[in-house]
Amino acid sequence: MFDDSNIIAGLEIGTSKICVVVGEHNADGGLNIIGLGQSRSRGVRKGEIINPEQVEEDLRAAMFEAEQMANVEIRSVFVGVSGGHIRGFNNRGVHPVVSADREISQDDLDDVVKNAKAINLPAENTVIHAVRQHFFVDGQDGVTNPVGMLGARLEVDMHVIHGHANRLQNVVRLVRATSLDVNEIVFNGIASSLALLSNEQKELGALVVDIGGGTTEFVVYYDGVIRHSGVLAVGGDHVSNDLAYGLKVPLSRAEKLKVEYGSALITEAAKGQTISINNDLGLELKRVNVEHLQRIMSLRLEEIFQLIAQELEGVGLTDYLRAGVFLCGGGSRVPGIVQLAENVFQMNVAPGHATAISGLTTALDQPEFATAIGLVKFGSLKNRKRNELPFYKKGIFGRFLQQS
Amino acid sequence: MNPEQDNLPVVGSETVTLPSVRIFGVGNGGAALLAALCPTEFAGAQFAAVNTDAVALAASSAPVKINLESKLMRGLGSGGDPDRGRALAEEQFSTLKNACDGANVVFILAGLGGGAGSGISPVLAKAAREAGALVLAFVTLPFDCEGNRRESQAHAALEHLKHAADGVICLPSQKIFKLIDENTSFVETFNFTDGFLVEGVRGVWSMLNRPGLIQVHFADLCALIRDRHAENAFAFVEASGPGRAREAVEKILAHPLLDEGRALAESDAVLVSLTAGKDLSMAEVNRVMESVKRQCCHAQIIMGAGVDAALKDKLCVTVIAAKQNAAPTSVTPRTETRTANPATTTQRDVVLPRTGSRARKAGVKAVQGQLPLNIVSKGRFDKSEPTKHNGEDLDVPTFLRRGVPLN
Repeated sequence: MFDDSNIIAGLEIGTSKICVVVGEHNADGGLNIIGLGQSRSRGVRKGEIINPEQVEEDLRAAMFEAEQMANVEIRSVFVGVSGGHIRGFNNRGVHPVVSADREISQDDLDDVVKNAKAINLPAENTVIHAVRQHFFVDGQDGVTNPVGMLGARLEVDMHVIHGHANRLQNVVRLVRATSLDVNEIVFNGIASSLALLSNEQKELGALVVDIGGGTTEFVVYYDGVIRHSGVLAVGGDHVSNDLAYGLKVPLSRAEKLKVEYGSALITEAAKGQTISINNDLGLELKRVNVEHLQRIMSLRLEEIFQLIAQELEGVGLTDYLRAGVFLCGGGSRVPGIVQLAENVFQMNVAPGHATAISGLTTALDQPEFATAIGLVKFGSLKNRKRNELPFYKKGIFGRFLQQS
Repeated sequence: MNPEQDNLPVVGSETVTLPSVRIFGVGNGGAALLAALCPTEFAGAQFAAVNTDAVALAASSAPVKINLESKLMRGLGSGGDPDRGRALAEEQFSTLKNACDGANVVFILAGLGGGAGSGISPVLAKAAREAGALVLAFVTLPFDCEGNRRESQAHAALEHLKHAADGVICLPSQKIFKLIDENTSFVETFNFTDGFLVEGVRGVWSMLNRPGLIQVHFADLCALIRDRHAENAFAFVEASGPGRAREAVEKILAHPLLDEGRALAESDAVLVSLTAGKDLSMAEVNRVMESVKRQCCHAQIIMGAGVDAALKDKLCVTVIAAKQNAAPTSVTPRTETRTANPATTTQRDVVLPRTGSRARKAGVKAVQGQLPLNIVSKGRFDKSEPTKHNGEDLDVPTFLRRGVPLN
């Protein structure tokens, strides 16, 4: 219990809930989920913190629950970040190989990666992830590791995800304030796709859409590497808000109606059907048409998919998604959403399941936890990498070396 | 050339394919503009100067001079009063009408704000229309420093002109201030302003007269600018050399009269005309149009392309951006009511049938200002940062934005 080197915790501060997942490396090197904690989130809107005090309170509650369940003390977490300010794009770095024998060395590789990271970001933005896609040696495509090859010109494609530095820092500061360490911040979309996609699906090409409360993240994998990512600051909250506006009911009531009668497509049963909204005494206040409810909802969800489809069309990735589309997040619970997504994307759509991790099966089946589980997986991959490092790079000194 | 040509009288054999064009310079400002136009470039057009001041008219080089001076004013001209200018013009309405006789298209060049330009131009426009010509007016508005009387006169005249002419393209001189050097002399500044307007005339001229691959008809032009002219912005750019398409696009987007491209984004109708030598390539047309389209995704775009061997490797692009005039009340100053004497009312009644009854009402009646219709509350997202996607606010319910009815 006191040796916590095997404990990995993922924390997602979402718009509707705060979620902590605790994982543990088992003896075979696999990953077990041993704890889960969640609480309602009140201080977050559109994926960004608007009331730190409230978030801190909710965060403590979720942490406490997770620690109780896993019976461990969580000291550090991998934190997921989201928000409309986060953007992803591809960038290419070039480096001429200057050594006499034209052999590409590790130094060349480091240089070209550095060049690809040197991009023109707005001054207030910072890079969250910079993922290598493929190397090109003298224009030869698809090289995954060029060290030892011969060539004159080394290029690399990187996918860079960046966001507003202060807003990202807000999350980190808040977590630190609860005397937790932040291992790393991870883009929620990447975390979700880590939880949902197997390596084969990443090879084939897949789109992950995480429909959360305040934001919708989407990530495209193809050829085993991330090709595109983005955030739409639209989510389940917008659906509720639309319903409140369109049906003229209070927001809290709209939320309930959404869960109870909501559908991504207008169902036959809903046509002409009305439901009455009663007050505490059982007196009827208002009648609401279910068809209208479902139409409002359907239009909003359809629009989210359409915006994503348009963006993928724009970057020419639509034809590469051979494994199809995977949905997760609370929004993927809406009945009929798979059908709706199939209509929009015109390809296979499946609700995602957190595969490749063993442990609490009930938790894994819930699409809301995909991001937090993905964060744990991200952590375990990072740890594994660290353990593979040579002896002298381990520990505090090693960490320093890694960062430098 | 234009669809209405068949119904119009044709003068001379050379006008079988080209519309017969008269270019009138009205007032001192108009005369200066006329002088700035190079007659060789406008082969086939007839120039005429109209003024109330005999001395100024004598100095003009225009082949046809129409002096509206009469005993009414005792040889003192209009004296900076548009009402007098209008009275003079109406007195000699038949002279003006005769001068326009036989023309298919009449361009009116004037500097608004003074007596002659502001007073005569609307009457001339009316006369030209009665003579059966389509009327396009190119006018300048005065500089701010010329005083608010001239400014209000200019705005009132612009309103009249809008009703009387098929199209008005107006250049607020104040915008020129951004372009000129501090040390530019007074005369040079006016020349500069004139130069801009002349460029506009030249752009429209070439658009209508050069053989087009994709023709812009005069009717297209009129449809675009009619009822919208309050915020018409135009730009005429030239570029040459191998990267001329890119250069032209850059110049358009940096053009001060388009507010560095902002006018394009705000406009709801844009006319783009490209003219170049025989080597004009589809890729170039495409490049220019793509960038314009990107700038104004909501606008209706009319596009024209033409070839003129004389341009050699030059590429000329004319852009006219029109914004829907949402608040006509602001440019209907009090002078409007003052001049609404029986004479002007009858004038309007004759002139207006082509602009529709709604416009007439707006011109005569005082219209109560309206607050913007913005009742859509964004609910819980009211105070949060709006989620904008291609100019659409995604926080507003989708069914409202798409106009899906719930019944």
